Amino acid sequence: MKDKPLCIENASVKFDAIEVFRDLSLEISRGEFVAVVGPSGCGKTTLLNLLSGFLKPTSGRVVSSGRVRMVYQHDSLFPWRTAEQNIALGLRDLNNEGKRDRQLKEMLQLINLEEFGAHYPHQLSGGMRQRVELARALAGDTDVLLLDEPFSSLDYLTRLRLRRELVRMLKELPRTVVLVTHDIEEAAQLADRILVLSDRPARICRELRMAVPKPRELTHPVVVETVHAILAEFGLEQK
Amino acid sequence: MTEPPLDSKSRLLPILVLLAAIAVWSALWLLRVFPESVFPSPWAVAKGLGEEIRTGRLLSDLVASLFRVTTGFLLAVILGVPAGLWLGRHARARYALLPTVNFFRSLSPLAWIPFAILWFGIGDRPAVFLIFMACFFPIVLGTLAAVANIPSVYFRVAQDYRFTNLEMLTKVTLPAIAPQLITSLRVTAGLAWLVVVAAEMIAGRDGLGFAVWDARNGLRMDLLVAGMIVIGFIGMVIDRVIMRLTRIQSVRWGYEG
Repeated sequence: MKDKPLCIENASVKFDAIEVFRDLSLEISRGEFVAVVGPSGCGKTTLLNLLSGFLKPTSGRVVSSGRVRMVYQHDSLFPWRTAEQNIALGLRDLNNEGKRDRQLKEMLQLINLEEFGAHYPHQLSGGMRQRVELARALAGDTDVLLLDEPFSSLDYLTRLRLRRELVRMLKELPRTVVLVTHDIEEAAQLADRILVLSDRPARICRELRMAVPKPRELTHPVVVETVHAILAEFGLEQK
Repeated sequence: MTEPPLDSKSRLLPILVLLAAIAVWSALWLLRVFPESVFPSPWAVAKGLGEEIRTGRLLSDLVASLFRVTTGFLLAVILGVPAGLWLGRHARARYALLPTVNFFRSLSPLAWIPFAILWFGIGDRPAVFLIFMACFFPIVLGTLAAVANIPSVYFRVAQDYRFTNLEMLTKVTLPAIAPQLITSLRVTAGLAWLVVVAAEMIAGRDGLGFAVWDARNGLRMDLLVAGMIVIGFIGMVIDRVIMRLTRIQSVRWGYEG
């Protein structure tokens, strides 16, 4: 149990007549980075909601142990709190004030926003805001990080930059990560394991393991090959 | 979208407009466009205003009016904001009560004047009642609308970080509605100031509204205009005071794109 912080056993999810998952099973190991890709509307976000406990399966079982936190697509920072105060939410459970201040400083350093701690979200760029979101979720003793297309609202270059930063942050603060994304390159660059979901009712139609160490270049042959394999799975490139 | 900032000279423009208005007023008076008995000169009004200040009547009227507005407005805020928060969270209650709230909001508070006098007599109480009736319903609706506009992701986040129910209210709902709430308080405070004048005209024995009415009865057009000027000016001051709230750092996000 300890080594599998996230575990789904034969879970089905139905919203009225719509069947999102049927008998889905999935195990995620401690420290693993799993990316979930799939056609839009196939239930990727629903999968995260299952793992976070926000949604209960219609049948089957979902077990998640440890502290789970989610990073949303965009604009989930509290706009009435400064960057620093937002990150401090992640450290709420630390009672020792000195320790909390120290960790807060470290988090700001980690995301390279030391000078922007006192800025409000609306005074930051989209990329900076997503970095603050990541810091908020990573702060404190989190075990599992659920990422719901965290970079999808950013421009291409900022997205590439933040991928590198995420790899660096996770080196410092290892977490079990589930990333839901429609960005296949992102999945290939970041994940240890990629799950390709089918149309509804979604099942895992392909599982790819990535043995290349991180950080990986976008143009690394294995990354390119993986992107091709996934595109082929969706029928967008020749097998 | 944003206009370039004004230079220091442009800041004098409102004063220029004021001087122009006084000039037009003086010209109308000098040309005797209206009979002198119903159209006072600027200097007569200035003298009347000085007289009102010296005798202390202006101050006591001002205090009386401000007391009524503050009491009625604060009562409406203290009861209206929680009512709006509650309705914002309870769909059935909202469905049941919204038509009633809208009905009373659409009913001019001045229509309550006869009952205000019959129930509360003359003085502070009928005015406070009328101000309350004018402000309570718009505040409920304003709060309600603000609560409905809170993005649900904020509550998701609060849940992720294990906020208690009390924290959901004090650390999510209230700060999230603050900018919109301040705007609706500005509007309703203006409304309160409009209503107190009307209330005092009919159900008062003092206050700025009564002063205006009394001046008209005594055919003192100079004092009447002096009263009007003070009423308009204080209304502006009230608005400015509440607008100050929008400068609080933690609500700026609501006003900047």
